[in-house]
Amino acid sequence: MVYLTRRYRFSAAHRLHNDALSAEENARIYGKCNNPHGHGHNYVLDVTVAGPIDPATGMVYDLARLDRAVQAEVIERFDETNLNLDVENFQTRVPTTENICMEIFKLLRPHVDGSEGSAGARLNRVRLEETSSNFIEYQSVG
Amino acid sequence: MIHVTRRAEFSASHYYHNPELSAEENRRIFGKCNNPHGHGHNYTLEVTVAGEVDPTTGMVLDLKDLKKLLEDEVLELMDHKFLNKEVPVFATKIPTTENIAVEIWKLIASKLSFGKLHRIRLYETPDLFVDYYGE
Repeated sequence: MVYLTRRYRFSAAHRLHNDALSAEENARIYGKCNNPHGHGHNYVLDVTVAGPIDPATGMVYDLARLDRAVQAEVIERFDETNLNLDVENFQTRVPTTENICMEIFKLLRPHVDGSEGSAGARLNRVRLEETSSNFIEYQSVG
Repeated sequence: MIHVTRRAEFSASHYYHNPELSAEENRRIFGKCNNPHGHGHNYTLEVTVAGEVDPTTGMVLDLKDLKKLLEDEVLELMDHKFLNKEVPVFATKIPTTENIAVEIWKLIASKLSFGKLHRIRLYETPDLFVDYYGE
């Protein structure tokens, strides 16, 4: 089994706020991230695909195919947007790094697992850096 | 299950020396790290906590709490210190990157009130790091 990781970047604004909570609770839980005007990050996304090396190509997975999937599902959807206002996935879910990371995993998995030419490759991990000081990892189980 | 990692940096000096070994053996094993005047590094610490996303907050933990825990338990103790002379545990234990990582695990694991400590990663330089998973 070999693990292949490709890095992507996107920039977006967000606000951490849960309508189900009071203004005071939101301010207490999210602190300055609750600022109603939102704020932005340069996200760094690492997508890891795991699989055997295809003896014919010497590759685990076609990087161009991965690029197309990430471009269509993640970059076009999230880059240069306000996640709360512009992205359907976060209309009802707080766009924390945790939730964005899990959402990206869900969006990409069908493009990798069992896709044509994947030669048994599976989406293994999505790692999302919000700042250089913190990142989230969501890993496939089994 | 999701993994959250917070990074922190601290700078410290140390030297490698085992008093049970001869001066020659210490020099042979530890090389220039045996210089008794010590030398320094900018350490980068990555602490990874495993947990579930709280459906209300969308978060595993409050990163401010983790940052404060690292400041109170690790940086306060080790930042801008000569580890051998100023951090009690390293009076008798050689402050290698391995031993520092294990020590940080011990400092953090019992005080974590959210999630479960998954990994301590400690970079001594950008080219060298140690991972400790608690066993």
